[in-house]
Amino acid sequence: MSENKYIPKTKLAKWFDSRLPLLSLSHHLKEYPTPKNLNYWWTFGGILTFCLITQIITGVILGMHYVAHTDHAFESIEHIMRDVNYGWLLRYVHANGASMFFLAVYIHIFRGLFYGSYKAPREVIWIIGVIIYLLMMATAFMGYVLPWGQMSFWGATVITNLFSAIPLVGESITTWLWGGYAVDNPTLTRFYALHYLLPFLIFGLIILHIWALHVPGNNNPTGIDVKKNSNETMPFHPYMVMKDITALLVFIIIFFWFVFFAPNALGHPDNYIEANPLVTPTHIVPEWYLLPFYAILRAIPSKLGGVIFMFAAIFVLVLLPWLDTSKVRSSTFRPLYRKFFWVLVVTVILLGYLGAKPPEGIYLVLSRIATAYYFIHFLILLPVLGRYEKTDPLPMSISDPVLDKPGLIDKFKKAAGQYEGDNVGSFK
Amino acid sequence: MSNKIKPKRRDFLFTATYTIGAVGLGAAIWPLVDQMNPDSSVKALSTTEVDISTVEPGKTITVLWRGKPIFIRRRTKKEIEEAAKVDLKDLKDPEKDSDRAKNPEWLVMVGVCTHLGCVPLGDKGDYNAWFCPCHGSHYDTSGRIRKGPAPTNLEIPKYEFVNNNIIKIG
Repeated sequence: MSENKYIPKTKLAKWFDSRLPLLSLSHHLKEYPTPKNLNYWWTFGGILTFCLITQIITGVILGMHYVAHTDHAFESIEHIMRDVNYGWLLRYVHANGASMFFLAVYIHIFRGLFYGSYKAPREVIWIIGVIIYLLMMATAFMGYVLPWGQMSFWGATVITNLFSAIPLVGESITTWLWGGYAVDNPTLTRFYALHYLLPFLIFGLIILHIWALHVPGNNNPTGIDVKKNSNETMPFHPYMVMKDITALLVFIIIFFWFVFFAPNALGHPDNYIEANPLVTPTHIVPEWYLLPFYAILRAIPSKLGGVIFMFAAIFVLVLLPWLDTSKVRSSTFRPLYRKFFWVLVVTVILLGYLGAKPPEGIYLVLSRIATAYYFIHFLILLPVLGRYEKTDPLPMSISDPVLDKPGLIDKFKKAAGQYEGDNVGSFK
Repeated sequence: MSNKIKPKRRDFLFTATYTIGAVGLGAAIWPLVDQMNPDSSVKALSTTEVDISTVEPGKTITVLWRGKPIFIRRRTKKEIEEAAKVDLKDLKDPEKDSDRAKNPEWLVMVGVCTHLGCVPLGDKGDYNAWFCPCHGSHYDTSGRIRKGPAPTNLEIPKYEFVNNNIIKIG
């Protein structure tokens, strides 16, 4: 399926489109050619768009009832939960929506890692994605501060104190961030303003992310280039739209299982205690989606070192397109990388587990090993594998892995024949 | 033709305009940045007076100063001796106890862990003094860092004894 140019059918459409080509744009989005072999791991882009829109809608509504002041914030959350019509639903969707957003983004990122979607010519898509991920973490962190519970307050204290590790100007930066000498009302009000702003920046970046995607087109599970203007692609609508909706429905079932049956499972009970600057909870943990980085922070026995390594763990992803020197994109044809990919997945999950544990004894030892391995994967294994790994032969086209199986083409023809008679055309 | 192109009058005007523009832009951005620094009302709360007449030896009171907890500990003889006899070579951030407590009986410090800002717990840890539960920093009876990730000793705020019963912090 090739992408044909939009031809306006009416005079009005022609008049409008020549002045602002919105109709051409919507035609492009509908006809955008997608590889026909995309699997369900490719549906998370659509799921993530759904997550962002859900967060913006529920967030704007919550903003109508929330009061950003240290004297009223905690109370206003309880007001939303008890008094506002459907306030409990909106808040639980927003709170669990953040977790689901991160769940989806982690799957999306690991899909990119597995199929080599960050490699040329898609580096810019990947880097924009990493920036979106960073902004998501900042937004989620500031959102978690707004209920002004104990975890809000102490999470904010610990995270803003990270900047005090910077030599010379660290103290001034934290004072500047706080607007005082500790996390207090000025901190809360600015976090609220920024928590409201950042999702719209993310929205803008997602437009750039998709724009950059539409230049080279989608990667696909084989990782080889798709021949455009061939039967290797299908128009986005209705084929991918339907597939995305199918996956989205399953995702929504899981999402709302949490909302209705375990709305606080992913939160921390201490956040239902109002913030108290005199008492630190015995065990401070960030939200689950930040735990791997928290584990890295605590694994390094130096304040500045911990902060540097934590930020480096994210920054290394920006360099990934150049660290992975292998020309083969998909792990399907990289027998060694495929194994190391799964070791990385386990390492990140392990770091997440360790981030929730106290930093002592065996947990500390394991965090250090896992942190070291995380960096070894990106900085040593990937460049070395690119040079020495013997990759499997690549298929000639994305159809080959499906149709080259013995007997399959005959079976397919027979099945198709039942519906259309024997006059079924060639499949290649 | 020589490689050196003589700057024209117009090049000079462009450069001068950009320079003035950049300075103006910087001046315009500064208020947008500085508004985030502590405002006058926050700075106005910079001193607080505390009555310490009811504090028994071996007890600590915690007061809030600039949004931060301040520990005021009336130390026991044993604690003062322990703090004084420590060899400075054993310390990560060497500081004499006599430099930290004007009056050895009273230890006044900011109750904020110098690692990432948690409030350390009293009468805990390896030195039976302060211990931060967040990331495991141990402080001694003088509030000096002995073990764990914190880089420096607990901070001593500016304070003075107004009379025998009142301490002014800030």
